[in-house]
Amino acid sequence: MDAIILQILNGLDKGSAYALIALGLTLIFGTLGVVNFAHGALFMLGAFCAVVMQKLLNSVKITIDPEKLDFLGNPAEIKTPYVELWFGDFGSKLIDYSVPVSILLAIPFMILVGFVMERGLIKHFYKRPHADQILVTFGLAIVLQEIIKAAFGANPIQQPAPDSLSGALDIGVYLGFEANAIIYPYWRLIYFFFAIAVLGSMFAFLRYTTFGMVVRAGMADRETVGLLGIDINKRFTMMFGLAAAVTGLAGVMYSPILPPNYHMGMDFLVLSFVVVVVGGMGSLPGAVAAGFLLGILESFASMNEVKSFFDSIYIKSIDQIIIYLVAVVILLTRPRGLMGKAGVMEE
Amino acid sequence: MGILEVQNVNKRFGGLQALNNVNLDVEEGTVHAIIGPNGAGKSTFLNCLIGKLEPDTGSVMFQGKPVLGSKPHEINQMGISRVFQTPEIFSELTVLENVMIPCFATRDGSFTLNALKKIGAEGEIRTQAEQMLKDVNMFDKASFEAGSLSRGDKRRLEMAMCLSQKPKLLLLDEPTAGMARADTNNTIDLLRHISETTGITMVIIEHDMHVVFSLAKKISVLAQGAIIAEDIPDNIKGHPKVREAYLGEAEV
Amino acid sequence: MSAVFKNNDKTLFTVFVLAVLLGPILMAPFGASYPDLLQRFAIFGIFAIGFNILFGLTGYLSFGHAAFLGVGSYSAVWMFKLLSFNVIPALILAVIVSALFALLIGYISLRRSGIYFSILTLAFAEMMYRLAYSVLTPITNGETGLQVYSDDPQYLMGENGITTTHLFGIKMNDVFLRFEFLGREAQFNFGYYFAAIFLILAFYISIRIFRSPFGMMLRAIKSNQNRVNYTGLNSRPYTLAAFVISGVYAGLAGGLLACMDPLAGAERMQWTASGEVVLMTILGGAGTLLGPVLGASFIKYFEAIFSKINDNVLHTWFSFLPDGLENGIVWVLHFFVGKGWHLTLGTLFMLVVIFLPGGLLDGVTRLFNWVKNLGKKKPEEEQSTKASPAE
Repeated sequence: MDAIILQILNGLDKGSAYALIALGLTLIFGTLGVVNFAHGALFMLGAFCAVVMQKLLNSVKITIDPEKLDFLGNPAEIKTPYVELWFGDFGSKLIDYSVPVSILLAIPFMILVGFVMERGLIKHFYKRPHADQILVTFGLAIVLQEIIKAAFGANPIQQPAPDSLSGALDIGVYLGFEANAIIYPYWRLIYFFFAIAVLGSMFAFLRYTTFGMVVRAGMADRETVGLLGIDINKRFTMMFGLAAAVTGLAGVMYSPILPPNYHMGMDFLVLSFVVVVVGGMGSLPGAVAAGFLLGILESFASMNEVKSFFDSIYIKSIDQIIIYLVAVVILLTRPRGLMGKAGVMEE
Repeated sequence: MGILEVQNVNKRFGGLQALNNVNLDVEEGTVHAIIGPNGAGKSTFLNCLIGKLEPDTGSVMFQGKPVLGSKPHEINQMGISRVFQTPEIFSELTVLENVMIPCFATRDGSFTLNALKKIGAEGEIRTQAEQMLKDVNMFDKASFEAGSLSRGDKRRLEMAMCLSQKPKLLLLDEPTAGMARADTNNTIDLLRHISETTGITMVIIEHDMHVVFSLAKKISVLAQGAIIAEDIPDNIKGHPKVREAYLGEAEV
Repeated sequence: MSAVFKNNDKTLFTVFVLAVLLGPILMAPFGASYPDLLQRFAIFGIFAIGFNILFGLTGYLSFGHAAFLGVGSYSAVWMFKLLSFNVIPALILAVIVSALFALLIGYISLRRSGIYFSILTLAFAEMMYRLAYSVLTPITNGETGLQVYSDDPQYLMGENGITTTHLFGIKMNDVFLRFEFLGREAQFNFGYYFAAIFLILAFYISIRIFRSPFGMMLRAIKSNQNRVNYTGLNSRPYTLAAFVISGVYAGLAGGLLACMDPLAGAERMQWTASGEVVLMTILGGAGTLLGPVLGASFIKYFEAIFSKINDNVLHTWFSFLPDGLENGIVWVLHFFVGKGWHLTLGTLFMLVVIFLPGGLLDGVTRLFNWVKNLGKKKPEEEQSTKASPAE
């Protein structure tokens, strides 16, 4: 029992990331009718916002202390981060909390990226065939990924969670299990609640604001909304920025769990597509539900018991492909996905 | 017993009863028109016949064989062709190719793996297609890209595509909508000529009463998803129920 | 008359055969006449021709074709391990296995069309990649990649069997003739000619498919799938046949890659590899006969050239410029050459899709017409606007 709860918990953080990315993908797809192959790159850019913030906060002033010598006999260099010089203890706190702090950078940056992408590129592809949209965003994904690789190198860059949050919580105790039965890192818990909060506010935003209403109407029937005299294009640009921000935030907060690397975007993109298709193209709740479902499923497949079973029939690390297998089965039995409606993007 | 028998067909879209116990019996070799005000369910009805929609209940028999549940291509292979309200043609292909494809489909069935056969060697199909184009007066446009044709020509091309299959039943969804008067008359003449010479059964949905009364042997009136009258044209003209359904809409 | 009845196919095919056979000489002035690169031209030419039969004709954009390439390579290497280094059994197995995979994946993916299809193929390709990389390690040798070891059975090897890939004794890596041509070396190599035979065969079959009723049906499916169905044609088997044919082409290409160098690795199946063949096809011109081969050669050539360029080379190129400008240009270009080939690839991808949706050939034709029209007076303009695209 405790093992099962542990696996569900373990699946939650990955599931949260899938759900957030899939939500953005579905929003862009549903409103603009564009399949954004560069969406994974947005997730990656978000994660690298954390890297940039960490570098910025850690940029140091080098002073030379003539009194002390290092082991070569040269005067020792003392490195002090500027933020500590300026803000003292608060500065050190800032450095410690660099991941959450980078949200402040990520939101405007990602919205800007979204605007530029939509206005500069995607806009010109609304009337082109879907194949062209896929290809051009695919090209963009490669370019973004390679730029990041050139700028930050090919190796993952560790992003520590704040000290006070780097421990783990013994959840099992609260649920009546023995101590150390279910240990769950704080940061993953935070990521889960963060994702829930973002998802919740997105849904509330779409549900209760006029902007959201127009967007939802546009997802259902774009032409009619256009006929009502509403400038749907402007709203779609904002929608794109918003979707980019959501995806970027998912990336920022995920950086302590998965050290950012240049190809993380593509890894997550393919999985998110599977999530979107399984959830049902164009269905926002479907995307979120499928995201959590597949995340948890993946975590179950990585359990030792499951793994050793598959090992015994010569299939190593089943967790690597379980999502795809399940997706194929679901699509064969329910071609529209779990919550897909008839008529959405059928052609 | 008619070539096409429709019994008790019902179709619901959410709360809307689009088709309500529709019965229809089309006699072989005749032109049967279905008229009715906008939103009466005419197009829905045709879609049920060609496998685009599946009715909730009811049966459709074509030459004594059930149609419902078959895929569109199977229904076509039974001998039912359809002309759409907005022409469905192969825009990127030439006019001649557009007509050759249905000829192939009729001759070779729904799938043949003739990947290494030369199309140039298919003289028979080509002659057949060219003859069809001559019949509809489009031979001079044979090498045009179909997408570049005028609206009227696209309709004619689509009709040629359907006719080249020598269907037993031809379904026409407003074949003259948006046509100029002269074009409309040409189309009427063409359809009448085809009906008289080939004996192809036609079910025609039309708004234009001029077309309906020039062609149809029998008329069914559809209103709010139900057939309210079915008779020969002369009797339909004065039918009280039809007047009621059309009140203020057309000069019946 | 329409494209179907064009009769210049014979000329096109003759020119193609000559160009392929004279490849080592023609490529010498570009410094590309060495076995490895020439073989790549031929093999990726086959890959792209096959992809074009699916994408160019039916419009179904598959993002997972590299999977079949990889499957072909693995099958071929297994034949080397089990039997001997003879390439014939290897290619036969590569073709059969890739056909089976294409049938299975195509059957499932083609239940949907459009974007769904692209995503499904992408997901399948990613799954195959992971299968090869970790899950099926006993078969694929995982990260290390599959290769032939001296303790492999090789049942048909015999006592003093040849220890490199060969065709009944003719070694693939043998260079049988080399000479100077226009100051650069031209190398004639058996492996290239072996692959070239398949390239010519692949091109021939592709012409036949393009000009067959089957090919016309595929183009009809691309144009209007509804009408295809309401015309009594079942589009599913047509698209599936096209998918399997192109999968076999990919498998053959993968098998040939292993024939030139008996290795197979999972990276051959990655999504970047699938994207590359898409780029080759659209760069040359999707739906044209010659385009994909040209696109493949273009990309493989520049990949080879670009990866050799380093900052020093760049500095010598731009040394005529003032120092500051030189350094600036070199700094920018530095990201695109050497290990930055993927950045070039991605940029090229975007540029082609944005500005040259019809591909290079179409672009050249358009440019040619534009130049031709420049000299003319306006009234004459009309007649030359409908020039047939080069094929």
